[in-house]
Amino acid sequence: MDIRKTLLFEEHTALNALMAPFAGWNMPIHYGSIIEETKHTRTAVSVFDICHMGEIIIKESPEKSSFGRAVTVPVGEMKIGSCRYGFLLNEEGGILDDLLIYRKTEDEWMAVVNAGTADQDFEIIKKRAAGAEVSDISGDTAKFDIQGPGARDVMKKIAGPDIEKLGFYKFGIFDIDGEKHIISRTGYTGELGYEIYIPNGKAAALWREILKSEAVKPAGLGARDILRLEAGLPLYGNELTPEITPFEAGFERFINFERDFFGRDALVKKREEKGGKKLFGFEVDSRRTPRHGNKITVNGEEKGIVTSGAFSPHLNKGIGFGYFEKFEDGEKAEFDIDTGRGMIKAKIVKTPFLNETSLKK
Amino acid sequence: MEIKEGYFYTKEHEWVKIEGDTAKIGITDYAQHKLGDITFVEPPENGKEISAGSAVTGVESVKAASDIYSPISGKVSGFNEALENEPGLINESPYDSGWILEVKIKDESEKEKLLTAEAYREYTEGLE
Repeated sequence: MDIRKTLLFEEHTALNALMAPFAGWNMPIHYGSIIEETKHTRTAVSVFDICHMGEIIIKESPEKSSFGRAVTVPVGEMKIGSCRYGFLLNEEGGILDDLLIYRKTEDEWMAVVNAGTADQDFEIIKKRAAGAEVSDISGDTAKFDIQGPGARDVMKKIAGPDIEKLGFYKFGIFDIDGEKHIISRTGYTGELGYEIYIPNGKAAALWREILKSEAVKPAGLGARDILRLEAGLPLYGNELTPEITPFEAGFERFINFERDFFGRDALVKKREEKGGKKLFGFEVDSRRTPRHGNKITVNGEEKGIVTSGAFSPHLNKGIGFGYFEKFEDGEKAEFDIDTGRGMIKAKIVKTPFLNETSLKK
Repeated sequence: MEIKEGYFYTKEHEWVKIEGDTAKIGITDYAQHKLGDITFVEPPENGKEISAGSAVTGVESVKAASDIYSPISGKVSGFNEALENEPGLINESPYDSGWILEVKIKDESEKEKLLTAEAYREYTEGLE
């Protein structure tokens, strides 16, 4: 497959970004230091180029609700101007993708999906939502995330004072440079933040405009990965895969089983079965970094696998997510991680790893 | 990229500064750039006998874990303890405050096999 280039490639190169492939796209990993960009996001404001993610528009009269059956989100119950997190499941209840759904009008929604799964998601939604008009606008849509405790001040300059009224997980249509664009109060960092959707042609000018704010620095996907992990958020492909159900990933509270959706019957059946694997957050007792694919062991016996790991610059220790299998109660509180270059001691902790953030301020 | 005159180098991107019978060892500016932010440095075992080219300790960065190979044979005689809490010193100052370990040199003639600053510069230019 040809690697796709973000339309801001020249902007990133001018900022000395290290570019590398991610989900089929050549994306900025960092602009000098992943750790500095992570810290800057938690203390000031960062802008992230997230143009690789996919956007799908679904138009359907709410009575038909074929789109509502395609995903775990009760899209017909959503308030206009709100966002909901959910999943696209296969018939076995496995996670084909995690997505954020925006209700734009009575009969129009936007689904924001992962880059690597965008094409497949579009085909599946189109097939399942047979009564709906489904279009993929990813190719024409650019997306930036503005994240950090100072994000609101930056957004006021870009989109006007009304942005102040925008609540958590809400979105609005705002005027930027004489044109109307979607801005939501969402993100993937655990900080106060916004996501902006604009047409490709406007992207480079807006990117430069955002970077004019003194508080703002660009941050790459390296910092984004540490930030989302510290915030206790899963990454598709790591914590979430077609072999994992929302139960195993700990997301049952996001799902209403009273309604009908693809994968529901299999999930209900699995809910009744006891045991199975379970996602946990853990921290290690040193600065050592657990990494994706490391084995989790208890008394030398393999009990699970690390799905994500990073050095947290805010906790000054390694943190991660992992799945445990075949464990007894009480057995999993403390365990070892085999890095392939030595063992690390770890223990289960509650997520998010960081609590005192600007997320809901 | 900085390369310090008077130091010796390896193709694995370690540097050696020889002071009497002791070799001070670290990683080069080129290496710290490639690794990214260093997050952990494993203290080597003090007094351990090592031979040139063998792994003596390891560093972890935001990207990966890597071995540090000793450029010279001898006995581990020191570790830069400042790295325990501030491994980022390797990024900030790879040739000075970011040094990693000291080795009591067993055979001084081994330094003939190491690269000079000039030879290391040529070598890294060929890698770009």
